[in-house]
Amino acid sequence: MLERKVEAMRKVAIVAAASRQETKMLDTEVEMMIPLISEVKDKTGLDQTDIGFTCSGSSDFLAGQAFSFVMTLDAVGPVPPISESHVEMDGAWALYEAWVKFQMGVIDTALVYSYGKPSPGSLQDVLSTQLDPYYVAPLWPDAHAVAGLQARSLLEQGVVTAELLADCALRTGTVDSREEYFSQPMLSDPLREADCPTYADGGVAVILASEEKAEELCEKPAWITGIDHRIDAHQFGVRDLTTVPSARIAAQKAGVHDGPIDVAELHAAYTTHDFLLRKEMGLPEIPTHSQRSYPIKADTLMASGLLRIAEAARGIWEGEANRSLAHATAGPLLQQNLVCVLSGERN
Amino acid sequence: MTEIHVPPLLDGVEPVQSVRTPIRMEYTFTPGVAAQTYLREFGNKKILGNVSPVDGAILVPPRGADPRHGVLCEEFVEMPHTGHVGSYCVTNVPIPGRELDLPYISAWIFLDGADVGFLNLVAECPPEECRIGMRVEAVWKPDEEIATTAENILYWKPSGGPDIPFEEAGVRSWHARKKGGSNA
Repeated sequence: MLERKVEAMRKVAIVAAASRQETKMLDTEVEMMIPLISEVKDKTGLDQTDIGFTCSGSSDFLAGQAFSFVMTLDAVGPVPPISESHVEMDGAWALYEAWVKFQMGVIDTALVYSYGKPSPGSLQDVLSTQLDPYYVAPLWPDAHAVAGLQARSLLEQGVVTAELLADCALRTGTVDSREEYFSQPMLSDPLREADCPTYADGGVAVILASEEKAEELCEKPAWITGIDHRIDAHQFGVRDLTTVPSARIAAQKAGVHDGPIDVAELHAAYTTHDFLLRKEMGLPEIPTHSQRSYPIKADTLMASGLLRIAEAARGIWEGEANRSLAHATAGPLLQQNLVCVLSGERN
Repeated sequence: MTEIHVPPLLDGVEPVQSVRTPIRMEYTFTPGVAAQTYLREFGNKKILGNVSPVDGAILVPPRGADPRHGVLCEEFVEMPHTGHVGSYCVTNVPIPGRELDLPYISAWIFLDGADVGFLNLVAECPPEECRIGMRVEAVWKPDEEIATTAENILYWKPSGGPDIPFEEAGVRSWHARKKGGSNA
């Protein structure tokens, strides 16, 4: 049964990507996205009228403006009218929506982009507004405080040790030594600065193509062999914060374990998240392959996940990986997880 | 609907019908490259437009992009302070937060040479005399109040002179001149 279903799936590949991240950008979202969207169109030789579906991801809470994504369509050139959609989520979910359109058989190419500019506002406040509006959000806990609650849970239950977190920070370059890690003051006890993300403005654009079209547009398409997303409960009280069932299931359904993974791009903003995700997805606790998860230089809300997919595709295009994994997360404490497996081989 | 059972302790207690959880968030916006250039010059009583690199269409106010084609517009051009009414609306209800004498006229103003219009007020004109194609000119705030803000122009007033013919007024002019190629 499962076999037949997989057979029936249409093959979709990532054929081009472009991205930009900076701590504080003075460009508007439109000025930021035009060069990126133009770059992926140039790489594939596609014009907006050739693209079957356009889907984006962004947040009005970052822009401080309702329907802000509509203005960003100025960067696309939606004249004559185009088939278009938007998710108030990371662009990885916009890519999922486009992938579903491919499965419906109604498109051969898609443009997917996402962006976030946290610099005009307070990202910690923005992130508070995604919490349960009755019992949690009115207390305004910031993202680091909530992450601290989870980290405490992990440490007290012995699921992770401070030494493991120090090694993760060391591996990803936020500190140069264990000593440096332990000499840092607590930022959100038990988390130190080296455990927590920094933030940046940024955007990413990718082009997807069907099996009929991909090889015309790209020398070595990065084929999506599996993609799945799952959601844990929103209410912290009903979650065991030391596990992430949604990431585990998404990894299984995306077929992470069907073969070796050469590159893993995890959207792990905190050292604790890197550790939890590796555990839930069955990846080695200490990565044996290219470790390009946190720090993602910096986290860009709404773009980091799609950026992970773009980077995993780059691994395939550049011959660094034959099979790569990309992960995206959204919501508080890894509540929603999307896993995408890419391969240099079509079948 | 599911029946909700509450502890006897809460019998007869007035149910909570609503919860107030006020949210306030502050932002410090940067206007971006194009709007910044525009506002700086607007503070010198100059109106800038963007020139489309695709077909030369002039877009006012400049947003740094030709949205029809998704391309950056990096060229600016100084515009005259005269234009015409492309379309208008007479409003008889007040806007919260703005003190305007009723009725007031909001109009799409097309500057001479511009290919798109922008929303602004028309005054010194009885509503029954306002019409599509009517020529208007800017009425600026006193010089000492001019700043880098969209509020520099108080309103537009009739400037006299022959009307722009209806079929060439507003965006119709664009179509009439076949500007913007097949995408316009």
